[in-house]
Amino acid sequence: MTEKVKIAVVGAGPGGLSAAAHAAELGVSHVLLEKTKKHADTIQKYQKGKHVMAEPNVLPLRSPVPFEQGTREVILDGWAEALEKHGVDVRYGAGVSGIEGERGAFRLTLENGEVVEAETIILGIGVQGNPRRLGAPGDDADFVQYQLDDPDEYKGESIVVVGAGDAAIENAVALAKHNNVAIVNRRDEFARAKDGNIALILSAIEAGDVTCFYGTNVARVDTGDFNGAPGQLVLSTPNGEVPVPVHRIIARLGAVPQRGLVEAFGVEFPSKDANALPTLSSQYECNVPGMYIIGALGGYPLIKQAMNQGYEVVEYILGNKINPADHPLLEEKFKALPYKEDVDGILAMMQERIPVFSGVNPLMFREVMLDSAVHAPAEGSVIFEKNDYTNTFYTILDGEVQIEVAPGLTIASGQGNFFGEMSLLSGRRRSATVRAGKGCVLIETPRRTMNKLLNSVDAARRVLDETFILRTIQSRFAPGVPLEVLRPIAAAAQLNQYKAGELLFAEGDDADTLHLIRSGSVTIAKNFGEREIPMAYVAAGNYVGEMGLLGNSTRSASVRATVKTETVSLDAEAFNALLDATPALRAEMEGAVRSRSQQNVRMQGSDGSGDVLSFLMQQGLGEATDVLLIDKSSCVNCDNCEVACAETHDGTSRLNRKAGAVFAEIHVPTSCRHCEDPHCMKDCPPDAIRRAPGGEVFIGDNCIGCGNCERNCPYGVIQMAYKPPPKPGFWSWLLFGAGPGPGQKAGGKASKDEIKKAVKCDMCKDLAGGPACVRACPTGAAVRLSPEAFVDVVSARLP
Amino acid sequence: MFESFLTYRSGRWFWWALALSAVSIGLYAWHDLPDPPNGGTWLGYTLGSVAAALIVWLIWLGRRKRDYGSKVGTVQGWTSAHVYLGTALIIVATLHTGFQFGWNLHTLAYTLMMIVILSGFFGIWAYARYPSRMTENTGGKSRPELYTEVAELDRQLQRLAEKGGPEVATAVASAVERTVVGGSWLAQLKREDRSEVQLPGKGLVSNAGMAAIVDFVIEHLGASRDGAQGEALRELSTLLGNRARLLSRIRRDVQLVGLLRVWLFVHVPVAFACLAALTAHIVSVFIYW
Ligand SMILES: Cc1cc2nc3c(=O)[nH]c(=O)nc-3n(C[C@H](O)[C@H](O)[C@H](O)COP(=O)(O)OP(=O)(O)OC[C@H]3O[C@@H](n4cnc5c(N)ncnc54)[C@H](O)[C@@H]3O)c2cc1C
Ligand code: HEM
Ligand code: HEM
Ligand code: SF4
Ligand code: SF4
Ligand code: SF4
Repeated sequence: MTEKVKIAVVGAGPGGLSAAAHAAELGVSHVLLEKTKKHADTIQKYQKGKHVMAEPNVLPLRSPVPFEQGTREVILDGWAEALEKHGVDVRYGAGVSGIEGERGAFRLTLENGEVVEAETIILGIGVQGNPRRLGAPGDDADFVQYQLDDPDEYKGESIVVVGAGDAAIENAVALAKHNNVAIVNRRDEFARAKDGNIALILSAIEAGDVTCFYGTNVARVDTGDFNGAPGQLVLSTPNGEVPVPVHRIIARLGAVPQRGLVEAFGVEFPSKDANALPTLSSQYECNVPGMYIIGALGGYPLIKQAMNQGYEVVEYILGNKINPADHPLLEEKFKALPYKEDVDGILAMMQERIPVFSGVNPLMFREVMLDSAVHAPAEGSVIFEKNDYTNTFYTILDGEVQIEVAPGLTIASGQGNFFGEMSLLSGRRRSATVRAGKGCVLIETPRRTMNKLLNSVDAARRVLDETFILRTIQSRFAPGVPLEVLRPIAAAAQLNQYKAGELLFAEGDDADTLHLIRSGSVTIAKNFGEREIPMAYVAAGNYVGEMGLLGNSTRSASVRATVKTETVSLDAEAFNALLDATPALRAEMEGAVRSRSQQNVRMQGSDGSGDVLSFLMQQGLGEATDVLLIDKSSCVNCDNCEVACAETHDGTSRLNRKAGAVFAEIHVPTSCRHCEDPHCMKDCPPDAIRRAPGGEVFIGDNCIGCGNCERNCPYGVIQMAYKPPPKPGFWSWLLFGAGPGPGQKAGGKASKDEIKKAVKCDMCKDLAGGPACVRACPTGAAVRLSPEAFVDVVSARLP
Repeated sequence: MFESFLTYRSGRWFWWALALSAVSIGLYAWHDLPDPPNGGTWLGYTLGSVAAALIVWLIWLGRRKRDYGSKVGTVQGWTSAHVYLGTALIIVATLHTGFQFGWNLHTLAYTLMMIVILSGFFGIWAYARYPSRMTENTGGKSRPELYTEVAELDRQLQRLAEKGGPEVATAVASAVERTVVGGSWLAQLKREDRSEVQLPGKGLVSNAGMAAIVDFVIEHLGASRDGAQGEALRELSTLLGNRARLLSRIRRDVQLVGLLRVWLFVHVPVAFACLAALTAHIVSVFIYW
């Protein structure tokens, strides 16, 4: 292959397809290289019949390839047709494994060794990554596969599944119905998978439905005729090599992230953080001139965005200065502002005036602004209240705001400054009330957008962290002390991260630091003989270790992180400086020490208390902000809580009373804990999961039903459900027998187009009365609690 | 923290009920009773009206319980008030009758009311007593979890039974298939085990507590000369023992749930009967008048 194309598009996902089709439509020489045998592999892998959403709705589509919400099949067919119609030169089975050269003379090496030459490259390979290969001689045999679409497709075969994660287990168990299945686990137990799946595979192994090779690796794959099977898998087990004749090998070893490959292409990432995004110009060009990155790989997780970028990037390559499709949206947004400049002018001014944003590349900043809201609030109006649970980030573009750091104590903050970083970083409530000052213009950026930015722009993260420490010390210890005095103390402070279960310090250690918990929570434990018994639980926003600093020189207890935890630590010297600056602090600290000692004594009185606390922590309550508990000694099994939840929430109960662990008659049913740093939020493409001012983590209507959150929640509280048709009223049920009645489930869906969306507890934030589950419990067995009340739960269980 | 409906808001409804009762008794003592006393005086009408209003409101609990989005108090608060004001009804209604009982419609309404109230007392007792026993019995596991355990045991049983020979396999399969949990209300409350098993030579026999099938397996064990088979049979008998224990827990759970609810089957229908009789009473009183 020596012919050179103008544009080589790598990856036939929505972004790549759209780019190649636009190039074809314009008659530009191009080639579309796709690794798999079909277009849009990521979408091909959605479950059959999945309804694909076209979020964000406000964004217009700009692409020669059609896309509107509909089923996966309809969309894929539409794309195949468009490829055909525009005469796109697409090559399947053409995974790109290496790129060399520069603008005008790139050489792309394919996995099969062929070479393609191009003047420019558009990378649209997404973030799904490649399935991890077996990595043993012979793993290219055609009976080795890395995916399983339909387990019922195979019958009577000998199949070996390699891997021990959820996918491997689910495949093995599903295949075992009609086939002779073995599973290969590198380790001696199944630990990586969900509890339900572990139970499933263990019972399948126990029942003899699946054979398991523990502590085993794959030695090689042989092709030939082995008792009628086309191959054999040679395993190296703890007892030596074992050959297994196979019809099929299914390797489910997870995915290798694209990052390594992309870096090998020469693309640089701004930080080591796994979530960092490559730095792109406003025309999607990366650090390698002539190489452009679009779609999910560039940090745009939705189909429509990827497709628009595909169109735009071709225009840019051809030297046309078009406005991005989101231009009118920004224009609309900036209308509310008192400036005459055009969109680009305002964007530039923003970056110039606000230091945290100045280091951000223009493309990413544009994206930040698309997600952000701009406000010009009237002087004196409240921007947020102290103790609200909101977690957006504010920057001041013009004018000033008044921050009430303590009752009666307000400080002004002006142009270029920011606020709201405390809740953003810690997931805790707002620590101060903020009011608009004169001529105030603000940018409000959502948490996810801000986190994305912080992961990629180290400088911004540093500024935020430093400010966080300073302001935390001020608000927590020294509200009256000017920042200048605190600055040296803060400079000596450190930011520490601990994994769940990690020790901050142990009983008997030298006491030299005080920890302020920024996010997460800790338990304080004492050793009794061999056993470490937790005495207390301390939530974020509080401090630990003060006992040691005020007198004792060794630690009187061990402190352990219950979940991933971050602390700000002050050493003895900095702490003393702080005490000198604020005389009232010593008294407050001494008071805290006293009450903590009293509590310890109280807890020591009983053997069981520590166990109850450990139990609650094991149930993940260490990261909860609000949790449903049921007192088993007064729960009469009436199920009214579940029914009430279902009745007030589209027919699907968001709590499962029949599940969850019980200890000392305290039941933690399966129900949302409204985590401080919600795992469910992490991977939501349309950013549909939000936190309301009251702390409620809820899912908005723009959910696209991808199911990521369902998988990410470690407590299994999210379900995918249809919205059911409306129910008749109480009286027509009672008098005319119209069904379904109260508490009965309405089957089906509200309308034909209804898709399954994620549903979870929203703490009944839209119900005037508060949590329906709690209010419906006739005996008072069900309560919703915040972590501060856990200690009461524990002491209530004391004899 | 956790607060029982009996102590809801420091037992505020207890005090209201006490006050209502005290006022009723006070008025009754102070009031000049006609001879013989009857409900026709102003006090009689007042007490009767209060009683009737209370009954209607007590029945309304059934509606409030199902009005899940309601902002009117919590169901716990309602239940607390229900219990105490329902009890106060004993005083209010009794004073209304002026102790004039006889074989008539009026007394029927009164009797029905008393049945409802007494069944309510049983309910309170049951609510206080059984929940802890349920947790104790199942170790905090829910019914579905217990059934999953049974299903798991059944799969292991089936596998072992096959190693025990065809006769044993059929017998064990039949024991599994003919296991009965629950049944009629009475059977549930009495924790009856009507399980059966089809055994060769014996036909269909009772298998309460898995006893028959365990005996059968042990007989085979005695006769077995094959080491591997003997091992399987021994294990089988242990597993069958576990299964019997597990099932007995489930039956106990069914029984406890039954005891928690059975009184409502008196309480609610009789409450409606009482309402009907009461309506008739009021109507009749006005007609006679
Ligand atoms: C379960 C699920 C449901 C979703 N639902 C929706 C939804 O309803 N609506 C929505 O807007 N978004 C949804 N998304 C997000 C959406 O799928 C992605 O945003 C979109 O696919 C990104 O497009 P892309 O072109 O950047 O990359 P991808 O679609 O990932 O495409 C990349 C392509 O590149 C190929 N490729 C990879 N490596 C190479 C290589 N080395 N050489 C050649 N080719 C290569 C891949 O095979 C693939 O075909 C969902 C995501 C998931 C996981
Ligand atoms: C609006 C409510 C009520 C009214 C107007 C009412 C009225 C009366 C009257 C007028 C009498 C006297 C009849 C007589 O002396 O012959 C009476 C008696 C009686 N009432 Fe009521 N009543 C009411 C509610 C109730 C209630 C709630 C109960 C109990 C469930 C009840 C039970 C009785 C009984 C047992 C008698 C005595 C019957 C008798 O005297 O032989 N009444 N009532
Ligand atoms: C005449 C008097 C009474 C009437 C008409 C009455 C009626 C009712 C009704 C209609 C219900 C609703 C049941 C349901 O929908 O599930 C109920 C529930 C109940 N009643 Fe009564 N009741 C009376 C007195 C009492 C008394 C005196 C007590 C206790 C001392 C009591 C205790 C209860 C309890 C515990 C419940 C169950 C609450 C629940 O589980 O939701 N009742 N009653
Ligand atoms: S859904 Fe799960 S992860 Fe999200 S807040 Fe609730 S418990 Fe936490
Ligand atoms: S809410 Fe859950 S299912 Fe819905 S889009 Fe977000 S991650 Fe996907
Ligand atoms: S708080 Fe509301 S949404 Fe959450 S479980 Fe209870 S009833 Fe359901």
